[in-house]
Amino acid sequence: MTQSVLETRNLSKSFGAIKAVDDVSFALQKGELLALIGPNGAGKSTCFNMLMGQLKETSGQVFLHGEKITGLLPRQIWRKGVGRTFQITATYSSMTVIENVQMALLSHHREIMRFLPYATRRHHPEALDLLDMVHMADQADRHCAVLAYGDLKRMELAIALAHNPSVLLMDEPTAGMAPKERVALMQLTAQIVDNFGVSVLFTEHDMDVVFGNAHRIMVLNRGSLIAEGSAEDIRNNPLVQDVYLGGGSVFGADEEVLDA
Amino acid sequence: MELFIAQILTGLANASSLFLVACGLSLIFGVTRIVNFAHGSLYMIGAYTGYTLMQVLPGAIGFWAAIALSGVVVGIVGVLIEILVLRPVYKAPELFQLVATFGVILVIQDVALLLFGPEDLLGPRAPGLRGVVRIMGEPVPKYDIALLVITPIVALVLWYLMTKTRVGVLVRAATQDREMVGALGVNQAWLFTGVFALGSALAGLGGALQLPKGGADLLMDFNILAPVFVVVVIGGMGSLPGAYLAAIIISVLNVFGVTYLPQSTLVLMFVVMIVVLMFRPYGLFGREEVAGEHGQVGEPERPIKPASFRVRLVTSIMLLALAFLPLLGSTYLLVFLTDILIFCLFAASLHFLLGTGGLVSFGHAAYFGGGAYVAALLITYSDTPMELTFVLAPIGAGLVALVIGWLCLRLTGVYFAMLTLAFAQLVWSLVFQWGTVTGGDDGLVNIWPAVWLKPTVIYFYFALIFSVCGILLMRHVQHSPFGYALRAARDSQRQAEATGIDTRRIQLIAFGFAGFMGGIAGALFVFSKGSVFPNELEIARSFDALIVVFLGGVKTLAGGVVGAGFFKGLEETLLRFEYWRLLMGLLIIFIVIAAPEGIVGSLRKVGEHLGLKKAKDQ
Ligand SMILES: Nc1ncnc2c1ncn2[C@@H]1O[C@H](COP(=O)(O)OP(=O)(O)O)[C@@H](O)[C@H]1O
Ligand SMILES: [Mg+2]
Repeated sequence: MTQSVLETRNLSKSFGAIKAVDDVSFALQKGELLALIGPNGAGKSTCFNMLMGQLKETSGQVFLHGEKITGLLPRQIWRKGVGRTFQITATYSSMTVIENVQMALLSHHREIMRFLPYATRRHHPEALDLLDMVHMADQADRHCAVLAYGDLKRMELAIALAHNPSVLLMDEPTAGMAPKERVALMQLTAQIVDNFGVSVLFTEHDMDVVFGNAHRIMVLNRGSLIAEGSAEDIRNNPLVQDVYLGGGSVFGADEEVLDA
Repeated sequence: MELFIAQILTGLANASSLFLVACGLSLIFGVTRIVNFAHGSLYMIGAYTGYTLMQVLPGAIGFWAAIALSGVVVGIVGVLIEILVLRPVYKAPELFQLVATFGVILVIQDVALLLFGPEDLLGPRAPGLRGVVRIMGEPVPKYDIALLVITPIVALVLWYLMTKTRVGVLVRAATQDREMVGALGVNQAWLFTGVFALGSALAGLGGALQLPKGGADLLMDFNILAPVFVVVVIGGMGSLPGAYLAAIIISVLNVFGVTYLPQSTLVLMFVVMIVVLMFRPYGLFGREEVAGEHGQVGEPERPIKPASFRVRLVTSIMLLALAFLPLLGSTYLLVFLTDILIFCLFAASLHFLLGTGGLVSFGHAAYFGGGAYVAALLITYSDTPMELTFVLAPIGAGLVALVIGWLCLRLTGVYFAMLTLAFAQLVWSLVFQWGTVTGGDDGLVNIWPAVWLKPTVIYFYFALIFSVCGILLMRHVQHSPFGYALRAARDSQRQAEATGIDTRRIQLIAFGFAGFMGGIAGALFVFSKGSVFPNELEIARSFDALIVVFLGGVKTLAGGVVGAGFFKGLEETLLRFEYWRLLMGLLIIFIVIAAPEGIVGSLRKVGEHLGLKKAKDQ
């Protein structure tokens, strides 16, 4: 068996009596676009935050290229080649678009502790290339606080790619976007996976976005993985149908939920 | 043992006013999220009002009626402040609110001076409670016994009000979740006003109740502020039982301190606070503040750019003009300009922390005064050459900043701000009480520069070079990768941490750096004056710098420097009037409400409006 890029073993997290994530084990293979879906409150964000070191797990382990990374801080995990985007965008609102990307590059090149100007001139071409990758090069010098939400999301993607990560974690990348934009963003992500061989794990509550692009899909419900397989498998899985139909959200329903 | 009991009783009695003032502050903070720096002023008004009323109302009934009425009067003053000053700034960042309440402090100081005169007033004794009672042979003033009874009663009434009445339930709901109260169909504006009135009334009561034990003077507003902050921080912001417990701890400790460690009563209070915060960062009964992404309320700050050729040219011309000013031959002007230059550097160092770092430090005087004292101590106690002290003083100030920063950066938002203030007060009280070394209130004198630097003109150039280089250095750092990382940590700590940036470390270094720069200003200051006194470490000095940064504009790079120049000029003009504080206070309040962007920000807006500058998003 080839070694997986990212793997969790028996990952669990409880908040008091609530088991938000319950004994989750899965593996992400190289070059794979893996979706983690489930209704709201299923535990997707919690799972992500543990992978990224934002939350301490109750039990279980996470491995990156076979190396245990549980217990590391987010910034340490990032240094090991894991990038992420947030469900609610987190950007440097006082900077231009390209400076947002340059910031990640400065950190990647370990230049944060330089005290002489000008930061804004460092790694400029590299940052522009990244922005070009997400079709944002024409907006490079705009103040990021004036961007449309969809553009912000793409900028975040460029930031996440800045240190040439081997794994990319995207928590509900399309939340808050218009339906057309959603599909476009997922296609863009799929392209990046194809071109650069990065492995992507992303969460989503809207199934339509997932079916078009994901290589493989896992379904989380109330903290537990209940199904895993291709789009076809998942679509026809009675358990999944039950969760989505019985849980109140209809297949492909286009409702918008902005939970944290 | 007997003495021990008597001392505990005295401590409990002393806790009375402290508790009333602190719980008023805590209550107001809990609901409105405003740290009312003018709370000490309300306490002072309470004392003066009580004193005045006691002169006209006769007998025991008159005495107690005067106290109750003081509460009412101060409550009404509180309503006026809330409606006129605070309502317009509820949605503004903490700093704006601080500056607004500081304006109120200045106004009240002068109004009190106007109404009650400059003399300290000795509080009247309570009719019928003049003597002492003997408890196990030890004398305990009867009035203390009265306070021992009154405080728990007030506390119980408050507790009843908060837990058993509809209003109380609403107030507590608002403390938990302000949106929810709006959803309950309660008029939030009036709830805020009501809470502010109640909190103010409590401060007024506290001021009047302590009259027989103290009196009324014009310094009580600032003097009560530090203990009250300590109590509120120890107890937990917004918690009444916390305020009660902490007031008792501090007061009892203080009484024992006076007996056993008379040199360190003030210090003791801060030591207790630090110990508590090490274990419970949000106080004994406080809940964790869920800090949003930092203070980005209102329009987001704009990207910074390297200065354009035009800006560089204009700045160079102005500096050149400054350099030629000694030709005018006015010593007075040179001394004044030197003051301004030093103050500009001090303000710029705070602006670096506050603007670029988003770290609202309320105690920046600790580094300015700290640098000045390090220099003065070196000169006084060792034969350090002056040139070397200019190196060591900033290093000393920077180290102090690193220690304080390390302790404070565990917290965010209001807690961070209050802690920085409390630590600055700790430094002040150390200097103030350690008289044998620091000279205490008498300060350190005869701190003159080396002979070559003595002439006023030379010193002016010296200060000019240091200030300008310091300010330029900070500007460079703001444009450096480090400065960008600092801004990144301010804008979104989440993203910064998720992209490999150790935000706390960055902020700590920034803290130390700002302290270092403040220390340079302090060293320049002490040699220009030849002496240093504890007031260089005071709250008022920290506030001066905050106001300056604010006046100039927080969200602009030049804000600190422009504000400092403006402020000093204004002060120089206003000081000619007897009631300059009143004018200054009103001006500050006006700016907070009418031009919250500050001078530089407002000018930029006007410029853009007239089409002189390019708009923000071309
Ligand atoms: N910090 C927290 N404290 C307590 N409960 C939490 C916390 N974070 C998440 N939860 C709970 O854990 C469950 C999973 O939440 P989350 O991971 O956000 O779900 P998803 O991202 O799939 O919508 C929910 O029931 C949520 O209420
Ligand atoms: Mg989620």
